[in-house]
Amino acid sequence: MSEKRVIRKVIYHIFVLAFGFVMIYPVLWMISGSFKDNSEILRGTLALIPETLKATNYSTGWKGFGGTTFATFFKNSFIVTIIATFGTVLSSLLVSYALSRIQFKGRKFWFTCMIATMMLPGQVIMIPQYLIYYRLGLVPGYVPLILPYFCGQAFFIYQMMQFMKGIPRELDEAATIDGCSKYSIFTHIIIPLMKPSIVTTVIIQFYWKWDDYMGPLLYLSRPQSYTVSIAIKLFADASSITDYGAMFAMSTLSLIPVFLIFLFFNRYLVDGIRNTGIKG
Amino acid sequence: MEQKRSVRTGNRLYKFINNENTVGNVFAFPFIFGFICFSLIPMLTSFRYAFTDYSLGTKTAEFAGLKNFIMLLQDEVFLKSLRVTLRYVLISVPMKLIFALLVAFLLTRKSKMVTLYRSLYYIPSLVGGSVAVALVWKQLFARKGLINMILQAQGLKGVNWFGDQKLALLPLILMSVWQFGSSMIIFAAGLKEIPAVYYEAAQIDGANGFQRFFKITLPCLSPIILYNLVMQTISAFMAFTQAFIITEGGPNNSTMLYALYVYNQAFKYNNMGYACAMSWFMLLVMGAITLIIFKTSKFWVFNESDQ
Repeated sequence: MSEKRVIRKVIYHIFVLAFGFVMIYPVLWMISGSFKDNSEILRGTLALIPETLKATNYSTGWKGFGGTTFATFFKNSFIVTIIATFGTVLSSLLVSYALSRIQFKGRKFWFTCMIATMMLPGQVIMIPQYLIYYRLGLVPGYVPLILPYFCGQAFFIYQMMQFMKGIPRELDEAATIDGCSKYSIFTHIIIPLMKPSIVTTVIIQFYWKWDDYMGPLLYLSRPQSYTVSIAIKLFADASSITDYGAMFAMSTLSLIPVFLIFLFFNRYLVDGIRNTGIKG
Repeated sequence: MEQKRSVRTGNRLYKFINNENTVGNVFAFPFIFGFICFSLIPMLTSFRYAFTDYSLGTKTAEFAGLKNFIMLLQDEVFLKSLRVTLRYVLISVPMKLIFALLVAFLLTRKSKMVTLYRSLYYIPSLVGGSVAVALVWKQLFARKGLINMILQAQGLKGVNWFGDQKLALLPLILMSVWQFGSSMIIFAAGLKEIPAVYYEAAQIDGANGFQRFFKITLPCLSPIILYNLVMQTISAFMAFTQAFIITEGGPNNSTMLYALYVYNQAFKYNNMGYACAMSWFMLLVMGAITLIIFKTSKFWVFNESDQ
């Protein structure tokens, strides 16, 4: 019996690992491609270890385009992503507190609007949003890429509300009896207990924003203001032959921040999500 | 006397600040402001432009009645992009959810390794939306790319993935399915909440693994399945980056996803009015689909309060 169990366990782990390996193979292939010669990449070899290690891909790639190096692109991406993520966390926390804990007039109405926004396809408002920013003279610029994130993101408001339901209301009541206002309940009780949900929001919003392509595509026009995602695409746009090695090198670098933030916060990821179903 | 009055106004101010209505509006303000400025006004503007002829910089909005909508129905590229998008959604979303659910279920064991595995499977979702991975995908499915090399090693013929109308959508679908990790995480969180007592009781009654999965796991997860289904359907309808970078809609518009066509009409051909009409048409289609999902959910979503 116990031997059978051990065998089953081993098979389980081997299967899960093997499948996982296949899943991340494209990413590994990209990383190994960043050390390969162009001709080797184009031959489509399955091997992950390069025939000849070519580290110069990184230095050629880093030079960037027309005098703007990847240092600038990374700086731009960091600025946009960090500010937008901060804005999302802050504003979504505020709004989720109002919608789930405060009995104010219009709560139901705004909740419905929030759910509607969550299901609203971005393309419907993409064009008029662009036109509005254009009229306000904010195109090209960073404002359209950042400002909306300070107004609460419906997806995260919803996730936070789900999570907040799990925080016992008795805590609020006890604090009220002790003379706490709604504001200090928020700062002293809700925020500390929301930590797992905040972490989940940080991870997801960070990589959404970091990977975002359409936003920068619409709103940035000068190469000096490009984010990494736009810059990487330039490798493939070049009228001459694409330098795949350099492209994969910069692609690999571009994924490092996302990986780091994920590794750092990863153990909170599942804890931060609580479901009580969409009908909530 | 003076002092008393100031105390009273102070009191009133205190009461006003701590009134539920004030607190609620203060905290909800970012959303209220954002909803009006970034959703409501753009939507109404978009609706107005849908009935106009409008090009940025060259043509001011001129009322054109239903012209844009009539043009839509005669636009072959539009009709094709609608079909392509439906196919993309109908194939990729169910496959993605099935994968997500199976893997989440596989990873419910209590083991230190499970967290590691879960991260492993989450990686494609983490990086899949990026331009970097889209470019890798393009290379993997290139004529002399890795996928063809594998096919040839098996004695099969290599395929011109992005040159064949019938096949070009497949790499895009696979790429979407590959990113099942984010749905998996939500399923995993849901699986954790199913009371262990249910399983114990079933085990006592002699239920096997399959029965436990279909009689306990699935019904308990059904509200979460609904949530994932709706969210994934919506995001599949909006898929843009992959098509934009990998295929640019070709060959012969066989991967012209809806979002890509809207983008092209608006920013490539500068037909803002027409693009707005397309956006609204999309909203109606998606609204109808979401409604259908919700209406049918009564039959398959298990609600504990119904019991």
